[in-house]
Amino acid sequence: MTTIKSLDDLRKIKSSVQSKLALRERSDHPDQLVQVRVAMATCGIASGAKIVMDYMMVELEKRNIESIVTQTGCMGYCYAEPTIEVTVPGKDPIVFGYVDTKKADQIIEKYIKNGELVEGIIPVNYESIDEK
Amino acid sequence: MKDLSLHILDIAQNSISAGAGQVEITIEEQPSENLYSLSISDDGKGMDEEMRNKVTDPFFTTRTSRKVGMGIPLLKLNAERTGGSFEIDSKKGNGTLIKATFVFNHIDRLPEGDLAGTIVMMASANPSIQFIYTHRTPAGKYTFDSREVQEVLGEIPISELSIYPYLKEMINENLKDIRIH
Repeated sequence: MTTIKSLDDLRKIKSSVQSKLALRERSDHPDQLVQVRVAMATCGIASGAKIVMDYMMVELEKRNIESIVTQTGCMGYCYAEPTIEVTVPGKDPIVFGYVDTKKADQIIEKYIKNGELVEGIIPVNYESIDEK
Repeated sequence: MKDLSLHILDIAQNSISAGAGQVEITIEEQPSENLYSLSISDDGKGMDEEMRNKVTDPFFTTRTSRKVGMGIPLLKLNAERTGGSFEIDSKKGNGTLIKATFVFNHIDRLPEGDLAGTIVMMASANPSIQFIYTHRTPAGKYTFDSREVQEVLGEIPISELSIYPYLKEMINENLKDIRIH
């Protein structure tokens, strides 16, 4: 594959991305996508949140899981960073703590794909930062 | 923070929280002056004088979820540790500019880290915000503008995950051309 360097190169790969997107059924309904929010405040970033977010963005795409990955502020669990909030359609959001790429892999394979819980869940009546 | 890209991610998060519509990240490498500067400016809600004076204090934060705010103090520390300087310019309602200047050849100047990943990650996670990243070195200049990229992508949202590696590659390829060290 050719290297992408200019905006023109980007234009060229557009059609291949578009045809891939056309195969997806749910892209128009964000509430039906898996949503991953990575806590990206100083505490999170210093503990490796960027690596986790990068991993999630690359791996969810590779494993063909339709999802949105966004960032959020500090959720107040600085001791357990990096933390991520995962919302599987139809379920309540779950916050996982101490996430590294290995744990992220488990979260994708076990929780997102099969609904099995994995260790490291932060058991709280969780409110996201936006609701505070 | 292990590298500069992490500081950028961290400080830009303040801009996002301040409701910015545009965030400009500029890196200027000036080995002839022995300076390396990073500035982050936004059109967010800005700060009044009292707050501006307090933000470099690690025991000040705007959030309610914890009592410390280390983002700005850590960047200031890392800049000053090299013999460089740190400034904040902000007015209530008028956005904020943060500039950290490092001494170029100082051993404690942080490595750049994954600049491309940081920029694309922010653009992807915050599609409604325009991120303009400019990197200048004696060998040239590169600008990445997330709005321009979105225009090229058309109906494919910049937040689409399959676009992420392409955009990262695009920035990295261009940075390679202007790399001086």
